[in-house]
Amino acid sequence: MSAGMTITEKLLAKAAGKDSVRPGEFVTCELDLVLANDITAPIAIEQFGNMGGTQVFDRDKVVLVADHSTPNKDIKTAQIVKQMREFAREQGLTNYYEGAGSGIEHIILPDKGLVLPGDVVIGADSHTCTYGALGAFSTGVGSSDAGAAMATGETWFRVPATLKFVIAGELGKWVGGKDIILYTIGKIGVDGALYRAMEFAGSAIENLPMAGRFTVCNMAIEAGGKNGIIAPDEKVEEFVKGRAQRAYECLASDTDAEYERVHEWDAGDIEPQVSFPHLPENARGISQVGDITIHQAVVGACTNGRLEDLRIAAEVLKGRQVAAGVRCIIIPGSQEIHLQATREGLVETFLEAGCMVSTPTCGPCLGGHMGVLAEGEKAIATTNRNFVGRMGHPESEIYLSSPALAAASAVAGKICSPDEL
Amino acid sequence: MNSKRGENMISKGKVHKYGDHVDTDAIIPARYLMTTDPDELASHCMEGIDTEFVSRAEPGDIIVAGKNFGCGSSREHAPIAIKAAGVSCVIAASFARIFYRNSFNIGLPIIEQAEAAAAIDDGDEVEVDFTDGLIRDLTTGDEWRFAALTGPVAELIEAGGLVNLTRSRLGAGG
Ligand code: SF4
Repeated sequence: MSAGMTITEKLLAKAAGKDSVRPGEFVTCELDLVLANDITAPIAIEQFGNMGGTQVFDRDKVVLVADHSTPNKDIKTAQIVKQMREFAREQGLTNYYEGAGSGIEHIILPDKGLVLPGDVVIGADSHTCTYGALGAFSTGVGSSDAGAAMATGETWFRVPATLKFVIAGELGKWVGGKDIILYTIGKIGVDGALYRAMEFAGSAIENLPMAGRFTVCNMAIEAGGKNGIIAPDEKVEEFVKGRAQRAYECLASDTDAEYERVHEWDAGDIEPQVSFPHLPENARGISQVGDITIHQAVVGACTNGRLEDLRIAAEVLKGRQVAAGVRCIIIPGSQEIHLQATREGLVETFLEAGCMVSTPTCGPCLGGHMGVLAEGEKAIATTNRNFVGRMGHPESEIYLSSPALAAASAVAGKICSPDEL
Repeated sequence: MNSKRGENMISKGKVHKYGDHVDTDAIIPARYLMTTDPDELASHCMEGIDTEFVSRAEPGDIIVAGKNFGCGSSREHAPIAIKAAGVSCVIAASFARIFYRNSFNIGLPIIEQAEAAAAIDDGDEVEVDFTDGLIRDLTTGDEWRFAALTGPVAELIEAGGLVNLTRSRLGAGG
């Protein structure tokens, strides 16, 4: 018998209708879902037309989400979203999201049960890799690939080699999924997993709640990875129960699967992390951060806009006040999460502490609206990219962290851990 | 722009050199993404790291960069902006994977050649022969080979991009 396969190889083999695949092999896969958003859909729709597409391959499997600048911030975005909305109506898409029931794409797709274990998914958004937390193969592509897939329901992949990350042991207080992934990118660099699958395993991953697992897989692309993946377990079964509207399949890597490399981290070594400007790989433990005054703190984005993230931020902010001179912006990842956060009293806690609570949007994460930085301003954010100018002026700075650190820093007016408050 | 010498596809131009990890926010900042017009995108090309690029660039010019060029978002606006700015080819030590796919899909020629990417200097005159797989630095006289592409990427180039390829697959005629 031939050597075993990794979960990524199994997912691609299944979607390609093959018994087995090997890294480096080209495969054409049938897709379970094709996603685009208000930045990428306009070009995808144009290309769909240019390619002679008239009807999408399956109106239940093409998902469009308006999230980057909604509610529309200016006339240009309004026009773009209108174009998307009209396309969705013409095509009779069952999954077009804007306003009611909407939110940030990578939060609402899993929450609505649109992506399930065993799926192969592409999205015209680089953080499509988030769904690996469910045991799906999902990866970001550009608009033309998405447009072609909307027409044909398939796309090609080069099977990636897999890097395995085993994180064993117990995570400390205030340490979660965000810290694991920032620490990992700090170790291997922003191209440390270029073209590779990143498979996460070990007791610290098993103990991580779903929210943290989504965060870990979300940032695989920040190491250059093609996909992030975690073998589905009872937590995943629990998560998809009641959401799944169709059959799904939980796969796992074979014990004799071949990895290009296995990295092992001791969970106890991982402090709360902060990634310094202007690359996610500039990660440091909080004890090495020093004195950094901030002007803005943001809790939200597809990385950390989930209910669990808001609960952590509220735990830190409860009974405290945002420092003078700091704008603290809280962005629930979806309408659903916003409602739940309101019911639980989290929104009240935020408002009492002096935070601003926005409707769901990507907003400041890509410097669009709802908290754009001026020259010389510094922000701590739970987003996933701190590139030059990502949140506004090219001379502004972004420090990436968990919700716990972002909330604590908002109170202190400088970057710190909740333990220092 | 690209031209033919005999049967060979050639591109030739002046080099604009950048470092490692040039991200898509540097190539085309998010604030300019609210359009799909290539010329408008081109007018902000590289603005995130080089505000002079657009005024200096001439048709046929070549971008040379370090590793992980095009990292970050999936925005196809990035290779579209570069192509519409008149750049004939990008040579880098490595490319981020989504940018890599996007470039072939829209017909922007890109080459992974780490030695050439390290050796070529800003302002050099460089010629790329895609047919023979040869990069020539006309300023220094140095030459490097690069491997022919295989698999679906070769098919894409053959078909002239993803639009044509998908058109023929869908039987839309042409
Ligand atoms: S929240 Fe940020 S990273 Fe996530 S999809 Fe929106 S813009 Fe992209």
